[in-house]
Amino acid sequence: MAADDLSRVFSALADPTRRDMVARLAVGDATVNELAAPYDVSLQAVSKHLRMLEDAGLVTRSREAQRRPVHLEAQVFDLMTTWIERYRREAEQRYRRLDDVLAAMPDEPLPDDVSPTPGKEGPS
Amino acid sequence: MTSTSARETRIVADPDVPLVRITREFDAPPEKVFRAHTDPELVARWQGPHGMETRMEHYDCRTGGSYRYVHTRDGEEHAFHGSFHDVRPAQLIVQTFTYDGMPDDVALERLVLEELPGGRTRLTATSLVDSFEGRDAFLASGMETGVREGYERLDALLAH
Repeated sequence: MAADDLSRVFSALADPTRRDMVARLAVGDATVNELAAPYDVSLQAVSKHLRMLEDAGLVTRSREAQRRPVHLEAQVFDLMTTWIERYRREAEQRYRRLDDVLAAMPDEPLPDDVSPTPGKEGPS
Repeated sequence: MTSTSARETRIVADPDVPLVRITREFDAPPEKVFRAHTDPELVARWQGPHGMETRMEHYDCRTGGSYRYVHTRDGEEHAFHGSFHDVRPAQLIVQTFTYDGMPDDVALERLVLEELPGGRTRLTATSLVDSFEGRDAFLASGMETGVREGYERLDALLAH
């Protein structure tokens, strides 16, 4: 696949309004009017955003009906959840190391295991 | 020690506010979990991306304190710094977080410890940034191992 197509996807998803639209479309298909409703921008501007999502292959529009609803390609949504899942796994690895540290710690803190600080406030 | 209940790491990327919230439970009381977050030697042992060493430059985890540490691997270095806004023993740590490579950006991090029955702790870590772009960069960070696989999935997705 050309690197160009890839950067088109990333730039399409880099804009908050377009990400918003993707989030809206994850709930179900919508018409351009429905998509435009929450925004204080022209239909033309919304159509332009849609065009970018379409060019990147993230959404499709059915040709047959007059309504021509916009449809999110489901795999895109999978891809986004995959990104979050990766991040979760990274955090889980970190917390497993924390589990090990906790298991190896003595129950009571040593009296001077924290570097002394001038004017320290007493224990709570 | 493998034990009892599911210690699932849960993560939520809020759709309305650029924040990420992570929840995890630990088989240790809040005092201990707190100490693992405040003692620099202990922090260096678990924090940071997989396979990287953490070098603490300074780490003064108390209200008004600050920190700076460096993650290293094969000569590669990434430094982070911030200040501790509010630190309440065994309860709460509020701190800022900045990657030296992007010094204009700052995340606000809030760590809450809740005592659970049986000497356990629920930890909730929230990171708030000032834009969705920043949040997504945050989500994308620490994924170097998975990036290629992600690209392969994108390839497959875009192939037709």
